[in-house]
Parts: sequence; structure tokens; C-alpha cells
Amino acid sequence: MEDDALSFLEVRGLCKRFGGLLAVEGLDLTMAEGEMLGLIGPNGAGKTTVFNLLSGFLAPDAGEIRFRERRLGGLKPHDICRRGLARTFQIVRPFARLSVLDNVKVAALARHPAMSDALAAARSVLERVGLVDRASELASRLTLADRKRLELARALATEPTLLLLDEVMAGLNATEIDAMVRLIGAINAGGISVLLIEHNMRAVMSLSHRVIVLSFGEKIAEGTPRAVAVDRRVIEAYLGDEYVHPAAH
Amino acid sequence: MRLWPLALALVALAALPPFIGSYVVTLFTLIFFYAYLGQAWNILGGYAGQLSAGHAAFVGIGAYVTAVLSLRLGLTPWIGMFVGAAAAALLGAIIGYLGFRFGLRGFYFVLLTVAFAEVCRIIALNTEAVGGAVGLYITFTGNPAQFQFQNPRAYYYIALVLMTGATVAVWRLEQSRLGAYLVAIREDEQAAEALGIDTFRCKLLASVLSAFLTGIGGAFYAFYQFSLQPNTLFGIPLSVEIIMRPIVGGAGTPLGPVLGSFILSPLAELSRSYFAATGWSGGHLIVYGSLLIAVVLFLPQGAAPFVARLARSWRMTR
Repeated sequence: MEDDALSFLEVRGLCKRFGGLLAVEGLDLTMAEGEMLGLIGPNGAGKTTVFNLLSGFLAPDAGEIRFRERRLGGLKPHDICRRGLARTFQIVRPFARLSVLDNVKVAALARHPAMSDALAAARSVLERVGLVDRASELASRLTLADRKRLELARALATEPTLLLLDEVMAGLNATEIDAMVRLIGAINAGGISVLLIEHNMRAVMSLSHRVIVLSFGEKIAEGTPRAVAVDRRVIEAYLGDEYVHPAAH
Repeated sequence: MRLWPLALALVALAALPPFIGSYVVTLFTLIFFYAYLGQAWNILGGYAGQLSAGHAAFVGIGAYVTAVLSLRLGLTPWIGMFVGAAAAALLGAIIGYLGFRFGLRGFYFVLLTVAFAEVCRIIALNTEAVGGAVGLYITFTGNPAQFQFQNPRAYYYIALVLMTGATVAVWRLEQSRLGAYLVAIREDEQAAEALGIDTFRCKLLASVLSAFLTGIGGAFYAFYQFSLQPNTLFGIPLSVEIIMRPIVGGAGTPLGPVLGSFILSPLAELSRSYFAATGWSGGHLIVYGSLLIAVVLFLPQGAAPFVARLARSWRMTR
């Protein structure tokens, strides 16, 4: 098919099972370059599994992932990162005994082999995410909001073209969420495509160009945030079927 | 880190031998030698965070290969030690490949390394070509070309060079990309992998490098002791001695193994001879064990970070 070559990220028939549990079932997903795509769904819907499959931490049982016209099948996470697909972890994983700057420097070394270049790149990333005044602090001393920023900063320092963000707003207060929404918006406006897993609906709905809804490993809806929010199957998945036609009760 | 106190200490150690007796020369030689082995272990155990409890395997391989080449083929240990170290590095690559390819972590990697060291010990014990249980003996000729010296102070200087060289190498490693990657792997391997670090390759490199340096140490040990015994060279007690110094001094720091050796090696020697003389041989292990408990309780990061803090606060109060 001709349009194959045009897609930036293309996922076809992706499947992953854990024992008897189908975590992801026949997922199709495409992303255009520069897009911000939201991936939502109830707990246990398989969102993080999709991230683990895309970033190479899990091998799919079936299906194909193509990123910038190359297959990712069989590649290790570090290879995938170097091809420009970076991820954050839902439970943040800072190198606790290293300084904030060193945390980001390690990531920047992927693109800047010389230590002084990596340090300069790390500093500029810290400036972008607003952590520069914490640079010499140990990562273990940061607040949760700053750890989420650090997680984001490290992924950014690998200079990705596609960024997978796994619940970077979870546990943040309203002010912190607003700041994070602005930051992610700016990152996307700077030309980095973003695939966003998020439970905070206000954030995901305001940021995403398009939203995909997963439930029990299957895609149940796809479209603009506005269209998805009123979709019958989405409401059913989140709230149960008695909420679909409240007037009937 | 201020370098001048270290440079000063190094000059003092270099100037020391003419003023000390042969027993103290031996004591310092052992301090340097165990600091060197600890430093070699530090690369894999301290920086990469892969706990090897079988580093005696690399000491033994380095020692046996160098000695056999010298005794059978007349190859000078000055060259033979690099062949021995290469053989140790090959074993390091095999152990690393198996351990890291199959994702052995923590206790399982420890068990793998112990198992390899024990296999080496048993092979050496049962191979007549390398002396079997009797071991190998090197005839003393006092010929420097054969790594033999009339003056024990020569071994002092060689051990000092080994310790200093390894410490500088580890310090340089810490500043390098590989060093930064190893620390990241130690802190969180999955996060490191996600940031584009080939964790398998980095850990393998650390294992090879660590084994190579340890193999050089084995060659030195063989030609310092003039004898090779499987139970000594490949034994678990030697592996434990190698680990103890960086742990007590501070694993994952360039000065940790050196500091640990200056604390532990004299203590081991002095208490061993004291308890042996009073008929309580083995008593030194109680002293040793108590010290280790104290370190784990009060200085869980080892002595080096503690000393660094002291130095900082001393500078600030001036």
C-alpha cells in the first residue's frame, strides 16, 4: 500500500498475552509526525503494555511495529531509543544516588559522546523543563513533581522524535499539572511527536490532537477528544453500562 | 577531590622503603597488592554493580598461565603476565556472557561467579600437568628478567605501581562515558537501557576489563610467593579478601579499595600473627568479622565517602 511509507508510527495487529490474559489484542495504531496522541482507558486496559511493546521492553506475540519506515521487531530498548523513540516510566526511575545533572548527562551521552558536550546538552534540557536550579541536587531529594520532570528531562536528552509519556501527571496537584501540560505542549510544539498515557482527562483532552481508547486490550474508540468523550462504548468502559442511557432508569 | 594530599602520600610511599625493615616492606607490599585486586574488582562490582564473589578465578588463571609459560616454555613473566591476563579476560567474557545474556542478577550472578571459581579450583587440583594438588613451585634465581628479585623492596615498588596505575585507570574510567554508563546500570538497569545504553555490552566490557587486571595481579602473586596452590589461588577465601577491601573502603569510588586495603590488610596480617602466636589461630577472623559488621552498621557506603566528608568539613573550618 502506498500510504504505508507516509506514516511515522504504524502498529498493526499487535498482540501480547500473559498466560491466559490477553493484555493487548490486535491493536492497530498510526501516528503522523508532529502529532500528539492520547492513549486512555481504565486501569488494566493494557496501555503500559503497549508502551513496553513499542519501546522494546516486551516482545509482541503477534503484529508489527514500524517506526519511521523501519521495523522495530527484535530490537532491544537501547537500539529503539537510539532510533529516536524514548519513553518515561509510570513509576519514575531516577538514578537516586546521582545528581539531577548527572542523571540527564547519562541520557545526553547517547547523542553527545564527548562528556563536555553531553553536560552542555543536559543543562539546556534542564533549562527547558525548569529544573536547572536543582541541577546539583541528588535525584533522591526531589519532590514527586520534580522527579516527573527529571524523568521527562532524561527522555528528552536522548533527543527523540517520538516521546512516550506514561502518566507524567499522576500524583501531581492542580498547579503542577498545569505546568506539566504547558511543558508537554511546548515540547510537542517544538516538533517532537508525543504519545501520551494519561488518567487526568482534563490534561489529555486539552493536549491531544487525537485520542485512542483501550479497554481490556482492545481499541474501542478513536477520534478527536470531543468525539471520544461522548462515545457510548467509552462511557460504558469507564462507568459501566447503566450510565450510557441514564434517562432510561 | 584535591589531588595534592594524594600526590604527597604517593611520594612518601615511594621514599619509604630504605627506612623500613623487611617485615614492614612485606606488610606494605600486601596492602598495595590487595588494594590493586580490590580496584580491579571495583570496576565490575563497585561501578557496574555486578557482584562477583569468584574473582579468585581470574587471579588463579593469571597466575597459572604465567607460571606454566615460564616453567615449560621459558617465556618471561614480563610478557607471560599479559597472556595470563588475556586468558583471565577470556574467562571474564565467558562468565559475563552467560550471566548477562541470561539476565542473572543479584544472588544468582554471585552464585555463577562462585561456581566458576570452584570449577577452576577443582580442574587445577586434578590436572597433573599443572602440578595437581601439590601445585607448582618456581625456583628462585633472583633474575629480574624472570620477574625475580633479590631485594624484596623491588616487589614493594611493583605493587605500588600496580595499585597507583589501577587507581588512576579507575579514576579515568569514572570520568568517561563507559564509567557513567556503568553507574547508571548499577543504579537502575532498565532505566539505563531505556536511555539508549547497551547494558549487555557495557557489563561485558566491565567484566573483561576487571578480569584482565585481576589476571595481572595473579601473575604478580605467583612470582612473589614462588608457589601456586589451587586451594589458595582459586579458593573462596581469596575471593572474599578481594571483595572486602572495596566494601570496607567504599565500593564504586576510586579511593575505596585503597583505603579499605590500608585498613584491612595490616589488620589481617597483624591479628593473624598475633593470634597464631598466642595459640588462637583463626582468631583474626573474629576481629575481621567484627570490623565488617561495624562498617556495615556505621559506614554502609564505606570509609571513602566518610573520609571525603571529613576532608570537606576540615577545609571549611579553616
